Amino acid sequence: MIVIVDYGVGNLGSIVNMLKKVGVKSAASSDPDVIMHADKLILPGIGAFDSGMEKLNERGLVPLLNQLVLTDKVPVLGLCLGLQLMTKRSEEGQLAGLGWFDAETVRYKFGPEQGNLKVPHMGWNTIEIRRPHPLLSELEPESRFYFVHSFYVRCNNPQAVLAETDYGGYFHSVVGEGNIMGAQFHPEKSHKYGMRLLKNYAEKVK
Amino acid sequence: MIKPRVIPCLLLQDQGLVKTVKFKAPKYLGDPINIVRIFNDKEVDELVFLDIKATNENRSPNFDLLRNIGSECFMPLGYGGGIRSMDDVRKLLGIGIEKIILNTSAVENPTLIRSAADYAGSSSVVISIDVKKNIVGKYEVHTRSGRKGTGLDPVRQAVEVEKMGAGEILINSIDRDGMMEGYDLELIRHVSEAVDIPVVACGGAGNIGHLRDAIKLGGASAAAAGSMFVFQGPLRGVLISYPSPQDLKSLLEA
Repeated sequence: MIVIVDYGVGNLGSIVNMLKKVGVKSAASSDPDVIMHADKLILPGIGAFDSGMEKLNERGLVPLLNQLVLTDKVPVLGLCLGLQLMTKRSEEGQLAGLGWFDAETVRYKFGPEQGNLKVPHMGWNTIEIRRPHPLLSELEPESRFYFVHSFYVRCNNPQAVLAETDYGGYFHSVVGEGNIMGAQFHPEKSHKYGMRLLKNYAEKVK
Repeated sequence: MIKPRVIPCLLLQDQGLVKTVKFKAPKYLGDPINIVRIFNDKEVDELVFLDIKATNENRSPNFDLLRNIGSECFMPLGYGGGIRSMDDVRKLLGIGIEKIILNTSAVENPTLIRSAADYAGSSSVVISIDVKKNIVGKYEVHTRSGRKGTGLDPVRQAVEVEKMGAGEILINSIDRDGMMEGYDLELIRHVSEAVDIPVVACGGAGNIGHLRDAIKLGGASAAAAGSMFVFQGPLRGVLISYPSPQDLKSLLEA
């Protein structure tokens, strides 16, 4: 079963419902006993970096997640803030991130040459696949995803960049390194395209 | 090129969805969850829910119902109705509402606009402005589900709320609501010319040509509609619909 780590950020109902719609059983839980037995994990999230890390720490989930992800190599998919928390640090906060892969979370900085684009990057946008990956299989070229974020993930290992999105320049919108994966957008708010990605995660990622 | 958004604007009354004419005579449409599921299948760009009774009943949003709606929505969701405090704003964002829509509060307690924008970012804060022409044909902003005239001019109000941190304006014509005869293009044009933030046209759409007019002639970034997406035929039978991708593409063509 896929366990969506419920650490008190946002409504996880749409992720559970979307997985259900593609025939995948999942549960949102903060219970270590449930999380421990997950076949795969989803780390969701909205809101600020430090507040997300504090909530994970308050629930005492960090050592367990480290064990599952780093030692037992259980697949994990970070979504939006969940992805950002998996990096080493963020320009949004003071606290250390989970540091599961070699990346930082940085803020958009736009000047006049990018037409003073608005932050947050909010709305439907497309992705350009850089590296084939089971997570991104069978996604049509016109696939669009819903983004809401002011910070983005910058991977130091180019091999980890699975897809990029153009917003005043390309940023890393889907990343993956071994059992650790993440997407900057909200698949659960991205109709059939998000459904495809979640289905791929459930069925094609080993 | 950014594709103009087309947004079903749905009205909540008690536990059900209704559609009004000129903000009056609400007609029952059905259960909101069922209708959300239909709009999921039609892959709509965005959904807007407005609780048309919350403010006048002096109550907060129906968080339980909205949580259920948020769990079913596979697209971004905006909500307005009875939002009076930062506590309401935080709760709504927490249950999966992407956009907070303020109307009466934007007039009666405008500091909430700035607080909400500071907390959630301007893009998450939409100000809805309901407008009615008065007896001498002058546009006037109304609040409290259209019941209360404020004496404010809609263009000036739009400029004011933009300064206070609003990220989007939903401009709604009370006179055109439910008529399906087209938007008030003059009103939409005046507002979209006066502000830099996106303007969503609402009130009066009856066909796809109207949606195109709001974008092409009115200068709106998005077109919202109610009746057009929930009624079918001259007898206004309830049938949920949404333009096909081909029809939506025509919005871009001159």
